Amino acid sequence: MDAIIENFFNVPIMVKMFPFLLSGFWWTIKLCLLVVPLGIVSGLAVAMLYATHIRVLKWLVIIYVDFFRSFPPLVLLVFVYYGLPLVGLELPALISVVVAFMLNTSSYYGEIFRAGIESIPRGQWEAARSTGLTWLQTMVHVVVPQAARNVAPDLTSNTLEVMKFTALASVVSFPELLRQAQLAQGLTYNPTPLIMAAGMYLVLLWPIVRLLSRMERRMLAVR
Amino acid sequence: MQKVLDNFFNIEVMAKYLPNILDGFVLTVYLAVSVVATGIVLGLALAILRAFQIKPVNFLIVIFVDLFRALPPLVIMMIFYFAFPYVGLTMSGFVAAWSCLALVLAAFAEEIYWAGILSVHKGQWEAARSTGLTHLETLIHVVLPQALRLAIAPLTNRAIAISKGTALASVVAVQEILAHAATAQAFSANTSPLTMGAIAYLILFAPLVTASRWVEARYAWKR
Repeated sequence: MDAIIENFFNVPIMVKMFPFLLSGFWWTIKLCLLVVPLGIVSGLAVAMLYATHIRVLKWLVIIYVDFFRSFPPLVLLVFVYYGLPLVGLELPALISVVVAFMLNTSSYYGEIFRAGIESIPRGQWEAARSTGLTWLQTMVHVVVPQAARNVAPDLTSNTLEVMKFTALASVVSFPELLRQAQLAQGLTYNPTPLIMAAGMYLVLLWPIVRLLSRMERRMLAVR
Repeated sequence: MQKVLDNFFNIEVMAKYLPNILDGFVLTVYLAVSVVATGIVLGLALAILRAFQIKPVNFLIVIFVDLFRALPPLVIMMIFYFAFPYVGLTMSGFVAAWSCLALVLAAFAEEIYWAGILSVHKGQWEAARSTGLTHLETLIHVVLPQALRLAIAPLTNRAIAISKGTALASVVAVQEILAHAATAQAFSANTSPLTMGAIAYLILFAPLVTASRWVEARYAWKR
């Protein structure tokens, strides 16, 4: 028991390392604020391309989505960060993370939005178009708002996954929360910082898990 | 163009490191199969346990599920591998990766099964109990067959996502595809091993991702 307190919940180390970990925590939040909106916008673009019903475009989108869904995000990240410099394309860690994640998240968000857009009945399209709205206006003002509501639980679930992915950035030495915790563990010869980092992730992500459970429950009730 | 070919598709380098990537491929498959088998069985056991509605037990299950859904798998893996030895619990990288991913999958699977169990109408429980079936018999013969059918599509997607998580094991020194590819890349100062690793993931996951589309259509929840 003493060993657990000494190594996992060591208060002096917690106090000492808190500012250091906090700097990582802010980076994690900033990463989320960058990666999640980019993923949503690019995913929406992917889904809209699919919804044009131009056959060639549709197939290209399916290939793009399935291709990038086939790679673990970490593999994409390592490829972009360690692979591209060898052909002269050296990207800073932040850009590598953003690029690699966008390839991955645009595919996942794209699939979710596609399902949402398909859930909107044909009649809504016809009604909106007959009032004089263009295809794009119909999409933006009529279809997407309803589609997003229909797939809200899936969107939330994927957002949670994307936020958790930011921990992968530690592998390319990006100073986010997990990376700072590892460094702090190395400095103090004590794994307390890792446990602290886990606690900080919970502060950020647990509310989303709870929200998600509520949404899923409500979905069941509606059925 | 020549530069790209030399760096990404260098036949000589590829031939040299092919056996390593193949070794990694076998280990990735082995790890993924172990994780999925453990995770979906443990998740089902937890959901069945939860169906007995014992308050303190359910409380613990919910805590477990929330915890493993909220934390990034890489953080959990790091704690298992780098922090647990400090309190006398030392495990190999493989065991750390396997147990971490299996527990994460179990948490997600429990929620999926539980949603399935909840979706079975209360009247069915009452009807089954009034014919003389016990609680457990009702669960096994009446409720679970229906719940499991609903669980198939989300469970397939989750199992594929977790299988891709095996790439994280490279961080705790498991010699799976990504670890072999990254090492070979460093030794050869050439990206071709990473390309090969990416192709290996494509061979492994592209069929699964494509198949999951079919499973989704076949076993879709009717909303």
